[in-house]
Amino acid sequence: ARVLHATRALHTTQQRLAPVPPLPEKGGEVRHGLIPEEFFQFLYPKTGVTGPYMLGTGLLLYFLSKEIYVINHETAAAACILTVIVYGIKKFGADVAAFADKLNEEKMATALAVKNEAIEMLQTAIEEEKKEQWRAEGRNYLFDAKRNNIAMLLETNYRERLLTVYNEVKKRLDYQVAMQSLKRQKEQDHMIQWVEKSVVQSITPQQQKESIAKCILDLKALSKSAHAAV
Amino acid sequence: GPLSQRPLLDVRLGELHAWISTCTFSPRGLLGAAQRAWSSYCAKYIHVKQGGPAGISMLLAGYCLLSYSWNYQHLKRHRWRKYH
Repeated sequence: ARVLHATRALHTTQQRLAPVPPLPEKGGEVRHGLIPEEFFQFLYPKTGVTGPYMLGTGLLLYFLSKEIYVINHETAAAACILTVIVYGIKKFGADVAAFADKLNEEKMATALAVKNEAIEMLQTAIEEEKKEQWRAEGRNYLFDAKRNNIAMLLETNYRERLLTVYNEVKKRLDYQVAMQSLKRQKEQDHMIQWVEKSVVQSITPQQQKESIAKCILDLKALSKSAHAAV
Repeated sequence: GPLSQRPLLDVRLGELHAWISTCTFSPRGLLGAAQRAWSSYCAKYIHVKQGGPAGISMLLAGYCLLSYSWNYQHLKRHRWRKYH
């Protein structure tokens, strides 16, 4: 577990690491690839332009004559190597520099592309946010529509219940009406039956015989008239 | 500016003695001085957009001189003349 050092002050100074200052274009001036320009400028006031070269020649002759620098096989090797190196640098230096510059350019281009892309994405995010804010201004319409919906629902519900109440009341009243009519019909039927029964009972056997004889006489008369017609 | 915070090249010869007295010669001070010297050399000759052969060639030349001076006692035996 990493413990935060509570005694260390956090972010007290101004940020100095970003943005990183860009690299300088050219390095320090160097003459003949070996000796910095500051040496020549240092000797210029006293000895003019040829001073350092005289100094160099004198030093070289002194080292050679006193054999502080000893000429041996390594000297020949060094001379050959230096010749090759100088020739190589003079011939291929520019091309290598251009190649390295191209690599650098590509790196910078990718970094810049990343940065620009990030900036563009943030821009679009800002515009989207503004659009959302504009959309949020229309919330009143939304609320009115919702309120209308709710009112519609309430109205529908109320009417449904009203219909239910009406139906229920109608059912109860129909029941009462049906009861009454049924009762009346039953009374009617019963009365008719009772009247028929009493009439049938009142027909005495004497009357039955007389009515049957009368019917037979009527039938005979009818048959006679029918015969006559035929 | 003050003596101890100027770069060494801006210190004049007459003030060299005073400048040496302001140095800290502890190992930490020497290490800090070496680190500062290396980082200033890098910043001037290597970490640039268009450096040339100068940055590395000076290092190689310094290396050649140092190794010659370390092997001088051995190389002295290969002199051509006995008396100079």
